[in-house]
Amino acid sequence: MAGRLTLYIFLAPVLLWLFLLIVLPHLDLFFISFQAENDMGDMVWSLSNYQAFFTEKIYWLTFLRTAMYAILTTILTFIITFPIAFYITKVLSLKVSGFFTILLLVPFWVSELVRIYGWMILLRESGVFNHYLMELGLIDKPIEMLYNDISMIMGLVYTSMLFMVVPLISSLEGLDDSLIEAAYDLGASKLVIIRDIVIPYIMPGITSGSIVVFMLTLGNYLTPNLMGGKNSLWFTEQIYNQFIASFNWNQGAAFGFLLLVLSTLIIWIGLRVTRQNLSRALS
Amino acid sequence: MSNDLEVENLVRDFAAFRAVDNVNFEVKQGSFFSILGPSGCGKTTLLRMIAGFLEPSSGDIRIREKSVLGVPPNLRPVNLIFQHLSLFPMMDVKENISFGLKRRKVSQAEINKQVSTILERVGLPDYASKQINQLSGGQKQRVAIARALILEPSILLLDEPLGALDLKLREQMKIELKKLQQEVGTTFVYITHDQSEALVMSDHVAVMNNGEFEQIDTPKNLYTHPGTGFVADFIGENNSFDATVSSTDPFKVKLDMGHEFFARAMTSLAKGTNCKLYIRPESIVINPQHTENLNKFGVVVKNVLFDGANTKLLAVIENTSREIMAALPQDKRFDHIKPGDKLDVGVYNDSCTCF
Amino acid sequence: MIRSLPSGKTYRYGYITYVSLFYIFLFSPLIVTCILAFNDSIFPGLPWEGFTLDWFFADEEHRTGVFFDDRNLNAIWVSLQTAVSVSLLSLVLGTMAAFLFEQEQFRFKQPLFFLALTPLVIPGVILGISLLLASNSAGLYFEEKLGIDLEILRPSFGLVVLGQMSFISTFVMLVVSARLKKFDTSLEEAALNLGATRPEVIRYITIPYLKPALIGAGSVAFLMSFENFNTTLFLVGSDTTLPISLYLQVRDGSTPLINAISFLLIFTTSILALINLLLSRKKSD
Repeated sequence: MAGRLTLYIFLAPVLLWLFLLIVLPHLDLFFISFQAENDMGDMVWSLSNYQAFFTEKIYWLTFLRTAMYAILTTILTFIITFPIAFYITKVLSLKVSGFFTILLLVPFWVSELVRIYGWMILLRESGVFNHYLMELGLIDKPIEMLYNDISMIMGLVYTSMLFMVVPLISSLEGLDDSLIEAAYDLGASKLVIIRDIVIPYIMPGITSGSIVVFMLTLGNYLTPNLMGGKNSLWFTEQIYNQFIASFNWNQGAAFGFLLLVLSTLIIWIGLRVTRQNLSRALS
Repeated sequence: MSNDLEVENLVRDFAAFRAVDNVNFEVKQGSFFSILGPSGCGKTTLLRMIAGFLEPSSGDIRIREKSVLGVPPNLRPVNLIFQHLSLFPMMDVKENISFGLKRRKVSQAEINKQVSTILERVGLPDYASKQINQLSGGQKQRVAIARALILEPSILLLDEPLGALDLKLREQMKIELKKLQQEVGTTFVYITHDQSEALVMSDHVAVMNNGEFEQIDTPKNLYTHPGTGFVADFIGENNSFDATVSSTDPFKVKLDMGHEFFARAMTSLAKGTNCKLYIRPESIVINPQHTENLNKFGVVVKNVLFDGANTKLLAVIENTSREIMAALPQDKRFDHIKPGDKLDVGVYNDSCTCF
Repeated sequence: MIRSLPSGKTYRYGYITYVSLFYIFLFSPLIVTCILAFNDSIFPGLPWEGFTLDWFFADEEHRTGVFFDDRNLNAIWVSLQTAVSVSLLSLVLGTMAAFLFEQEQFRFKQPLFFLALTPLVIPGVILGISLLLASNSAGLYFEEKLGIDLEILRPSFGLVVLGQMSFISTFVMLVVSARLKKFDTSLEEAALNLGATRPEVIRYITIPYLKPALIGAGSVAFLMSFENFNTTLFLVGSDTTLPISLYLQVRDGSTPLINAISFLLIFTTSILALINLLLSRKKSD
């Protein structure tokens, strides 16, 4: 029958995609993480990769640190971009709000690397900020503003703002102004309006923005590496080191699997707490 | 004259729900046939089966004497005007109208000719290159009709196409549609929940309820000789009362608060059975001069509901709390009536119908 | 508070100040990068040594402009090829997936849809390493059991395309689905009723309707692919893409050459953004 045929035409490539490029590689990741070389140099089943993670302090500390900082980055991104999204959708006149939205998006169409490079030029010891501070006589010798946790967090927030602001704008656009007017008319203060009307209404947008920001931050390599420097201690760098530097793929697979578990767990908890589901949050 | 459409014992089930229940009817060539019913009565399901978007569970549909069961919608000689018209927003007026002809591989010259003829006919001669979103509601309506009629279908199906228009335009389009149908002579099958649309335009109307046809008749007969209580209730306005048959010759019914009415039994009703008594507002005579064949009773006026030519009197039957509506002609004779007044009213025996 | 409601002066000016600071924060790294692309200095920083176009057009040993730098030109070329392949493949695959999940009914539809969403919530690094591991395992298997050496299973152009496609397709699927959801199916029925066949309906009604979504998703897919770093890092062979090549240069010390490349990227994307804006303006008129 014709109906069945179209189903198979659509189904076959989708199944190939999902099983060959998603399911199978992750199963492989899982199995390889449970293998290690024994003393004879043969591959055997082993828990040693996970043992290494829990016994080496540097590994699990980096892991926890990465998780905490990724959560912090997500929260900061929301706090910084919410007023902007609100201003663009609800305060600015409709004529210019489209322009300001596009303006907001432009930097994010440029590669993350270019953006981070811009910050490096600004912040480093020989950078633009230091040049002006010296010229103004505020400091005697240049200060290194890069390669610390604050600059790294700032870089992470900067990098991921787009993924928060876009869902916020689109859910704020769905919020009818008359709801805010009604609350105002009934005597609510700004704070109450934001807390009881706006935030609950845009919760789906907040959730989807947070999921994406969290996931991207957790998996980010460029920003911690270039802005955090040697002290960045970001978990993706451990994975990179195992794969590229130590060439210990089994250890790297275990780290990768742990990171996957962590991101899945935190996204799941986030969805549970805000009572959303994945398909609604992403679409 | 032959029939363009014959529907026989048509049934459609959705799981346990029977949307269309054993429907039979035929539509004469060149006539305007309406299916009238409340929303959810199954009329859209019926229409979609005729158009071919749904297959019936059982029964037969014949168009020009040929069964169309199993024939896909794009090969049936029927065209449909959709509820929301479904004009293609990515095409202009001409592209919309010529869409069907292009599918038939008609030559471009022939298409140009036919499009301008049909645009002329629907009164939009200069609109060929307009975009759909530049048209008003009434113009969209005409483009949709032109798009279907250009294919010269055996039957044109219309699915409440006037529903989205405002009142004034709807009144105007009703008359236009009727005129257009007479001009082109195509058989129209029109479904609607608006009785005025059905009554004004149609040669025959089928009243549908709960998946079944209650009555198929001319508009006038539906009004004056409703076949069932549902039709009496649904077509036009009606006062309805619970009553009991108190005598069969002459036929009389008694209301639960004691009033007795001479009436006309529309079905066989035995003495003592419960029935419904219907009295049309316009059949109530205020201050009747004669008393022959007239049920006479007193009412107390509660309100005058002014609505121009449609003005009504809301009253209660004397000594009861039963409300009754009566038409109030606006010819100055009754200008003195005000709430609280007691009035004598009458209604001819023949105008009291019982089911 | 909002357009229609009054608000105090301090509040209003405070808010405007915040928004202005935000936009400055947003643009300062980009603007500084662009300006320094024209600085006549071998070091990307101040002081200003005068205006030059050397970092674009010079062809000397210590000053090579972008247009004469083989390494970066090659990287740009590789990135363009990758982005074109990925966006076309993802567009086809993502659109098929959108049709599958929006219009077809089959068993296990919900779990499969959920699976199709997961690439967006799996960190790119993990997509990269798991594909690297799996292709390596598959490569070993083919070599040992069948004696075939499959080029595509080694870090290479093909593997990068597959890796990027694996998550960009999900993105395309979501964009196309969103538009398909709003599609009034009575338009398809109207076309069928007017005598069109199934393929004609898709060609004349469905595809034209989806066109804006396809263009939008296609261009974002192009950008996502052109800029991808995390997944690509593990799959890339000898032909590095632009982000990887830039990363290596930035990490090992930089010259204004990087600024010149950045300038070109920023300039091109801004032009595209402007065109996008003008097009959307025109549509809303």
